[in-house]
Amino acid sequence: MIIRLLLHFLLLAGLSPLLIGVITRTKAIIAGRQGAPLWQPYRDLRRLFGKDMVLSSTTTWVFRAGPVVGIAVPLIAALLIPFGAVGAPLSFSGDLVLFVYLFGLARFFTVLAALDTGSSFEGMGAAREATFSCLAEPTLFVAFIVLARISGSFTLDTMFKTLLANNLQTVYGVSLVLTAICLFIILLAENSRIPFDDPNTHLELTMIHEVMVLDHSGPDFGLILYGAAMKLMVMGTLVVNFIMPPSTGDLFVDAAFYTAALLALAVGIGLVESGMARLRLLKVPQLLIGTSLLSFFALVLLLR
Amino acid sequence: MNTPPNLILLFVILFNFFILGTSRLNTCIRSVALQGALLSLLPLFLHTLTFHTYLLAVGAFVLKGLLMPWLLFRAIRQVKIRREVEPRIGYIPTLLLGALTTAGAFIFGDRLPLLPEHLHSLFIPAALSTLAAGFLMLITRRKAIAQVLGYLMFENGIFIFGTLLAETMPFLVEMGVLLDMLVAIFVMGIVMHHINREFSTLNTEQLSLLRE
Amino acid sequence: MTPIFATDINGLLLALAVLLAGGLLCLLAGPRARLAHLLGASTAALASLIGLTAALPALSVAGSQQVALSWPAAGLNLALTLDPLAAFFLLPIFLLTFCGALYAIDYLHFPARSWRAGLHWFFYNTLGASMAVVVLAANGLVFMLAWELMSLSSFFLVTHDYQEEKVRQAGWLYLVATHIGAAFLFFVFFEASRVAGSLDFASFAALRALPVDATLLLFFAALIGFGAKAGLFPLHVWLPDAHPAAPSHVSAIMSGVMIKTALYGLLRLLTWLPPIPAWAGIAVALLGITGALFGIAMAATQTDIKRSLAYSTVENIGLIFLGLGLWLFCQATGHEQAAVLALVGALLHIWNHSLFKGLLFLGAGSVVHATGKRELSALGGLLRRMPLTGSLLLFGAAAISALPPLNGFISEWLLYLSLFNAGQDAAGGAAFFFMLLAILLALTGGLVVLVMTRLLGVALQGEPRSAAAAEAHESSAVLIAAMSIPAALCLLVGVMPQLPLQGISGPLLTLLAPNHAPTGSPLLPPFGPAWSLSLLTGLAALVAIVAIRTWRRRNASRLATWGCGYLKPSARMAYTAGSYSQFAQDTVFCSCVTPTGASTRGPALFPPPAQFGQERLDPALTRWFLPLFGKLAERAYAFRRLQAGQLSIYVLYIFIATILLLGWGIMAP
Repeated sequence: MIIRLLLHFLLLAGLSPLLIGVITRTKAIIAGRQGAPLWQPYRDLRRLFGKDMVLSSTTTWVFRAGPVVGIAVPLIAALLIPFGAVGAPLSFSGDLVLFVYLFGLARFFTVLAALDTGSSFEGMGAAREATFSCLAEPTLFVAFIVLARISGSFTLDTMFKTLLANNLQTVYGVSLVLTAICLFIILLAENSRIPFDDPNTHLELTMIHEVMVLDHSGPDFGLILYGAAMKLMVMGTLVVNFIMPPSTGDLFVDAAFYTAALLALAVGIGLVESGMARLRLLKVPQLLIGTSLLSFFALVLLLR
Repeated sequence: MNTPPNLILLFVILFNFFILGTSRLNTCIRSVALQGALLSLLPLFLHTLTFHTYLLAVGAFVLKGLLMPWLLFRAIRQVKIRREVEPRIGYIPTLLLGALTTAGAFIFGDRLPLLPEHLHSLFIPAALSTLAAGFLMLITRRKAIAQVLGYLMFENGIFIFGTLLAETMPFLVEMGVLLDMLVAIFVMGIVMHHINREFSTLNTEQLSLLRE
Repeated sequence: MTPIFATDINGLLLALAVLLAGGLLCLLAGPRARLAHLLGASTAALASLIGLTAALPALSVAGSQQVALSWPAAGLNLALTLDPLAAFFLLPIFLLTFCGALYAIDYLHFPARSWRAGLHWFFYNTLGASMAVVVLAANGLVFMLAWELMSLSSFFLVTHDYQEEKVRQAGWLYLVATHIGAAFLFFVFFEASRVAGSLDFASFAALRALPVDATLLLFFAALIGFGAKAGLFPLHVWLPDAHPAAPSHVSAIMSGVMIKTALYGLLRLLTWLPPIPAWAGIAVALLGITGALFGIAMAATQTDIKRSLAYSTVENIGLIFLGLGLWLFCQATGHEQAAVLALVGALLHIWNHSLFKGLLFLGAGSVVHATGKRELSALGGLLRRMPLTGSLLLFGAAAISALPPLNGFISEWLLYLSLFNAGQDAAGGAAFFFMLLAILLALTGGLVVLVMTRLLGVALQGEPRSAAAAEAHESSAVLIAAMSIPAALCLLVGVMPQLPLQGISGPLLTLLAPNHAPTGSPLLPPFGPAWSLSLLTGLAALVAIVAIRTWRRRNASRLATWGCGYLKPSARMAYTAGSYSQFAQDTVFCSCVTPTGASTRGPALFPPPAQFGQERLDPALTRWFLPLFGKLAERAYAFRRLQAGQLSIYVLYIFIATILLLGWGIMAP
């Protein structure tokens, strides 16, 4: 139990910036550049944590609380899901609802921290974040419902463990593939990746997540980046779990498999981002609703 | 569930959603053509490979996958539309309606008294939901050319029903349906061309002013 | 420890007596406003404490206690009964009456010599007492009397600021709506007494033998009657006007508990009726989720902070009805566990909503008190000026957004679990229905976060948007104390849900759902002490670690918010409430809930000065009820000819009516 808890924390804390590094590197290589080294995100974090801060005179404690909640939530949420064949340290019946609502908590504080500055840029980003999440959340629920229906359990751990028994070959295969696709799209949307948002631009008018954190600086900004990386990893784990082999029995071999799969996913995200342009903002809801319908269709196939 | 016909039908349903949700006319035409081409493979998997089956598949492929899109693209070039499809009620409501009709098709399909081997296949739901998507295209789109696409989807839906019955039904019936559609598209193309020349628009709402 | 007051129904009688006596004393105090103010507040608070101590033990005691004042000659039986269901509703009633009374001490200001203080407290105490009697009544007559008293006293409280035209209109709408509802309730009770032979609730057990269609008639009549009071969509039309018009502590009580008495009525009726068919449960659940989505979408477009909260009440009532409908459906179709989960979820949400909505209305009241503004566009920057009030408001908003680890999350979790459970058991179309409800519930949850961040982000954060907001000061300690009580309970329920759940799943559940097996087991696993412990330690540890890391003293320099290089940002550049919800309006909402705008700007070559205005009318009111009542009024004009204005003709009418009645009496067997 304690070992699993530690393993979860270590994997999450150690691996998550690497994912960002892999994505950036993949994009750079596809674009014909050499790109930053893989451990650049770690350096960035260290640099930010060593810096002083500038705070807006308009802000209150909420502004400081945003980054803290933003990193605490992925940490807690990660405990509820298995990392590949490495079981979840904390699980109980119905924890899937907790998982989704934890991210609601993070959103609540991120959005309020953005509004706390009184800047219209940040207000704009906050409004977009809140609106898009309304559309993304139902899809996440449908995906979980599909898994719950297949596994007969409301525990995330059991739900994903059942997946490992290679259900892709069975009658559920089609539903599972569709659900995995939906989760991948939600991963891109919730983590503000292309085609929903461009993590590289700093042109305020086109952004969702980056524009909300314009006024954060120094260690606070470091926390935000770290939290975002962890969130990417947690959501990525949901996708990766669809293709993981069953447990080998050795905890560390399982963890190694998981790490490899996660890195492959990061390369995949990098490829998608290289191959696509950011969508027009007004098209984003359309894509999100389309995704919910796709997941809904997976559910219909399953329920008949 | 994982048999080739079911996978084909699955993609057909997904194409329905895609066509209802997309705003570009070119993409729409290509998707309808692809849908038709996919469907033309269906008889090959479903029936014993006789001359009749081959004829049905090849005929459908040539007509649905090659000829009709070519005609439509030509029509677009002639009347010079590259604009979007201009829905009447927006893409998102259309998509939601499409999802509801699909769900309805599944529920209804399970209630029909079918042969046991068809009982849990996707045939009936796919046919019904494609028909419904065709209806939705006809109802919700303004441009005449998008309405032609609606007819084509409609025909695709009928084709799925048809393949179920192809062994008992003389294939001439199916061919007849295809030819009907072909003629209809010719007529549409010519009419559209002329309408566009006279009124310089293809908006069917303005055509309704022509009533007595 | 021996309780100070009698902890049975006599304690409640004492509380009622104190409330009524306090109200009368306030009237007697006459124009001495200060005296009436103190008297009213202290008696209300004292009575609430007595009531709380008396009601709390009754929740976990099966069976009931009765007091009756019979008057056989007139056929009257003025009886009160205390049972777990009554106690369940008495707790929030007395709690919020206490908080409201405490709050009003500093919130209300009266001229030194005026009758208004006495009148206000008279109606306040009457409202508290009548709500308690409604849930205690053991007789249809007592129930309806208390119900009317409750409606009237709350009407007078709503029209506290009767000088304003809008307040009078709101009060009028409320009065009409509540009496249309009451007409349906009269029908329900007369019909029930016709079957049972008396108006005593004890005799209503005879309703068990009713055939299905008669049951459904009673049920739907009660649904309309009680729904009009509860604010069930589409009968909610009075609610968004009445709540903002009332003083804030009255809004808190009305929204927090008064409308819940309607739910009590419905639950009480369900204990008498035979099982309701499944489709009626579906209808209630669909009505509930529609109302929830509608309410939250309307709340997202409002610019008045209290009106937005009122629409959020419509949403929460929708969720409660969703739970109740689900319960009825699952009970009728045999999904035992899902039924229990839905019922417990709905019940807990009743408590939760009174806690956080009470808190939010009181907090909004403090904002209004400090600035004199209710419009979001005139607020802003208040979290810096009123840190405690602002933080409490944020706390309430987090609770109502169902965020863990607060109470709203627990009840919504139970609703989700119920839906999932039922969906897991069911097959085909039915499973599909449950899953659809779960998806819509998730959509509602997302929208609540949108609404609450919009409300508080614009009202509390950024720079002040008006001089009044810039000069706001922190509320007094009394106001803060009144708000802290519900806030503390929100946290308690969220962190230790096993406490309220034990209270609910005891005798109360046996009373409401006697057919269910004892249900302690399926409920508690996620909510054991382990839940509280892991939650608390996890959160505490994380917050501590991260706080140490970031809160370490640094040279944090304070500068203006970055504005693309523009160094003199003003509040006029900030994102407004309208722009915050614009995106959601354009992409998510259907067009019927978006505000209607009118612009005078024409396509002139040299445009004249232009104006732009927006209206946020309730579509249910403007599209359905106003045309309906307009048509009815047209028809009714024909009857104006009867109004001759001469006494002799009126006497003739009475005479004819008497003759007809006599004739009917003879003809009828």
